[in-house]
Amino acid sequence: MSNQPIVISASPHVHSDRTSKKLMYDVVIALIPAFLVSIYVFGIGALIVTSVAVASCLLFEYLIQKYLLKTEITIGDGSALITGILLAFNLPSGLPIWMIIVGSLVAIGIAKLSFGGLGFNIFNPALVGRVFLLVSFPVQMTMWPTAVENNTTISDAVTGATPLGIIKEGLMFGDTMTVISSKIPSTIDLFLGITGGSIGEMSAIALIIGGLYLIIRKVISWHIPVTLLLTMGVMTGIFWLINPEQNASPLIHILSGGALLGAFFMATDLVTSPMTRKGMVIFAIGVGVITVVIRMFGAYPEGISFAILIMNAFVPLINSSFKPRRFGSKIKSKIV
Amino acid sequence: MTDSVLYSVLLLASLGIIAAIVLYIVSKKFYVYENPLIGEIEDILPASNCAGCGSPGCKSFAEKLVNSEDISDLFCPVGGNDVMKLVAEKLGKEVTVKDPMVAVVRCQGSCDVRPKTTEFQGPRTCAISAMIYSGETDCEYGCLGDGDCVKVCQFNAMFMDEKTGLPVIITDKCTSCGACVEECPRDIIEMRPKNKKDLKIFVGCLNEDKGGIAKKACAVACIGCSKCEDICPKDAIIMENTLAYIDPVKCTLCRKCVPICPTNSIIETNFPPPKVKKVVEKKEVKKPAVKKEVIVESVNSEMNA
Amino acid sequence: MLKTFPIGGIHPPENKITSSKGIKRMPVPKVVYVPISQHIGVPSEIIVDKKEKVEIGQVIAKSSGFVSSNIHSPVAGVVTKLDKIIDSSGYKKQCIVIRTDVKNETNFEEIDFPLKTKIELEPKEIIQRISDFGIVGLGGATFPSHVKLNVREDKKIDCLIINGVECEPYLTADHRLMIEKAEEIAVGIEILLVALNINKAIIGIENNKKDAIDIFKKVTQNNTKIQIAALKVKYPQGGEKQLVRAILNREVPKNGLPLDVGVIVHNVGTIFAIYEAVQYNKPLIERVVTVTGKKMENPDNYWVKIGTPIKDLIEEVGGLPEGTRKLINGGPMMGKAIKNTDVPVTKGTSGILVISEEEASRGKTENCIRCGECVFVCPMGLEAHLLMNLAEKGMFEKASNEDIMTCIECGSCSYVCPSHRPLLDYIRFGKNSVKKLETAKK
Repeated sequence: MSNQPIVISASPHVHSDRTSKKLMYDVVIALIPAFLVSIYVFGIGALIVTSVAVASCLLFEYLIQKYLLKTEITIGDGSALITGILLAFNLPSGLPIWMIIVGSLVAIGIAKLSFGGLGFNIFNPALVGRVFLLVSFPVQMTMWPTAVENNTTISDAVTGATPLGIIKEGLMFGDTMTVISSKIPSTIDLFLGITGGSIGEMSAIALIIGGLYLIIRKVISWHIPVTLLLTMGVMTGIFWLINPEQNASPLIHILSGGALLGAFFMATDLVTSPMTRKGMVIFAIGVGVITVVIRMFGAYPEGISFAILIMNAFVPLINSSFKPRRFGSKIKSKIV
Repeated sequence: MTDSVLYSVLLLASLGIIAAIVLYIVSKKFYVYENPLIGEIEDILPASNCAGCGSPGCKSFAEKLVNSEDISDLFCPVGGNDVMKLVAEKLGKEVTVKDPMVAVVRCQGSCDVRPKTTEFQGPRTCAISAMIYSGETDCEYGCLGDGDCVKVCQFNAMFMDEKTGLPVIITDKCTSCGACVEECPRDIIEMRPKNKKDLKIFVGCLNEDKGGIAKKACAVACIGCSKCEDICPKDAIIMENTLAYIDPVKCTLCRKCVPICPTNSIIETNFPPPKVKKVVEKKEVKKPAVKKEVIVESVNSEMNA
Repeated sequence: MLKTFPIGGIHPPENKITSSKGIKRMPVPKVVYVPISQHIGVPSEIIVDKKEKVEIGQVIAKSSGFVSSNIHSPVAGVVTKLDKIIDSSGYKKQCIVIRTDVKNETNFEEIDFPLKTKIELEPKEIIQRISDFGIVGLGGATFPSHVKLNVREDKKIDCLIINGVECEPYLTADHRLMIEKAEEIAVGIEILLVALNINKAIIGIENNKKDAIDIFKKVTQNNTKIQIAALKVKYPQGGEKQLVRAILNREVPKNGLPLDVGVIVHNVGTIFAIYEAVQYNKPLIERVVTVTGKKMENPDNYWVKIGTPIKDLIEEVGGLPEGTRKLINGGPMMGKAIKNTDVPVTKGTSGILVISEEEASRGKTENCIRCGECVFVCPMGLEAHLLMNLAEKGMFEKASNEDIMTCIECGSCSYVCPSHRPLLDYIRFGKNSVKKLETAKK
């Protein structure tokens, strides 16, 4: 027998090879296609925003844990990395660097660590950072650089509106969809990502590839993305069928804006989404409905960030109201 | 401009008044009569809500004191005789005077005398490791060393000695609430009379195994040799299952049993040092000095972390 | 489509290294340690004295309550002492120590009876014999079998389910037994059908044991009473409730027994023991044990006398490999880690698993990331993360309301948790505390 004493522990004595770290890095891998597209479209600006966001998120996590909370430092677990990437993906590529840093501080410091760190945050940290920036600096946050011809220049000179912004503005001025649709990129362009918007949200195809990767790797289940997109599709579809001249088609709604990024990466955030299948469906329906309501009737052209944050607040309630079906509860229990 | 200021002031004021009226009515309407004595008694009690008296909290204990005819068997271990005297005066009832008690740890199985034969992996709480098996050492009666008793003590009267891996009771802080006694899955901690100057003699072992097995598992185990039983002039030592127990009521603290124990498993505390060497070692632990405070704090900060 | 149970479940690596190795006979040990508490229920009462001579199969401790069982001497020899020995519960338990009489030939007789298909006994006699010969559930729970068979009059039974699932990784004891003793098991099933006075039995076997399925199909070809159900491989299908749900699509009610839906479940090992007891008057003194481990020299399946110290088994397969860190009595999912190799084999020991450093150590516990995986895999539809939290905080009443008591302790939640949280440890603690609270209330 070896020198080390025998280990005693309670069953089970084996463990699957899933670890939190692996889950986190799988999410990072899934985000790579969208990141590559963003570099292709926005050039070096996307790279700068993303690396600043990631670096500052990691740094803030390290500093706060080391000097303020004096707890174990967990920057290696990948969660701050994801927060950084997702925050960057929700920002326009020309944003001043100090704003990105402020956003990261809010995301990591306020939304995550002040709640108790990984696993205890109620709201998605990246979205809190994004929404904080959006309401604090609305002008800079809606300066969308359009796709550049030459990928190497920083393209803060060329700005345009997002497709959803164009639609919103157009409808406000009384234009019909026929007129507006000539101004927005074609569906194919939306699908491939040749459009304006936040860094990570343009390319539908890249996001779908990443999302499918996560579903295949069983990091997320299909319930949230599918229900969310279905809800949005059905709701916008109804409006579109009633009056196609005043409402954008469901396809445009799903392919433009943050719908896909939100559906695959933000709403499915493990920590802030419900823990039961039933709950996930309810949660996703809620996000879908609120998103469409904000897009159609709200002041902002895009509402998925708000929708996810609002539904995040309902997650504890959803968790306690939608329990999994207990085995044997179908039949009335007979006491033996 | 002035209008809007006026309106908002008026609005707020009226809101406040309405709320005040509602509160007043509700508090009158739903007023529950309570014997004012209960409140007064509750003020006398130490408000530690430790449940050492058997009631879930000080308030319910106060209710019990006020409502029961005979309170002679009710006792607040934290407040002790002083508090009970005050209670008795207030209520005009009789209380019994009890000797102050203090918790003692009946295990000396530190890391060097009681070798670990296995390694436990899992949540470090005594309750869970006791559920799974007999502990990391070969002694299945002794301390598990995960400090459930320390966690449950709300008076900071206990800490885990990192060197020995055993809990230590700071006698001055111990209020004899009994929470640790209840918590310990091995029943190692016992309430014993504090006596004058905190003098105590007790068997620091609970091992019921036969001598050889017990000794193999732990160098300071009681091996059930009955030498102490024979020497005790007051018949205060009871042998059962090859384990000695000193009856605190009969024991006169003569200390005859201490040196005769072949495995040094009888502990005496706070006696003046001569004769026996062991006392020195024990004194180190029991000295309520400044140094100890530091240790306590460090233990706590680690627990909070 | 193969049948399986609908909620939860996992599929750990099977690692059934010994599935092609025939059952060998373990040499008779020099000394046996027979614990008197080898079954669920009241420990048996010792009826032999020190230095008393015992025959093989003689009752040495008799049943001392309704849920209790007889214990028989596994060898002929002399009782050397009545002592306390650490068993797989991790505590010292009362044991009868018997030194084998090496000159007594009965100890070394090959107990390999010819097949006997004719059932001569009446139902009452069968159950009496099962009770007399100390048969308990050999699947691991060790519930006395005769208690299960004594069906109250107001309960109606229409189906007997034979558990040949063996969903635990590594273990192959039942698998080998099914292959080698298929005909005997079929007779055993017939015996139970007579005892229960019903005519439908289904053997549930997971699809990773195709050879066993084929053999049983062949054996029961002309038998209309016995059916074979091939099941999808999924842990914990061997749980009674899961098995009944998988095979018959009947759901055992919460806090109920399979009896409540007209089913009785028995393990294949138990069936074989019943066959031998009823047809050949052989008490339960030996069982099949898989001795296995990835690094073992020659892992194998053995017929082992009850009471054999585990170290004898390990010696037989080539000693403990270098770097052994954990010894498990049972399978890796539900087995118990044991303290040393002096622990004896009991009626509930289906395997001895030797685990090395890499597999033995638990990962570092991290924060719950609320992924919900523990909820998805729970075969009972419980929320493990919630139950752990409640137990950790001492909120046992609330945990009880969240159905903590229905947990079958299969360990799926701890297995999948990406943060390596000790979910089942705390749930078990919670169950214990709830039990204590309930008895305190009474």
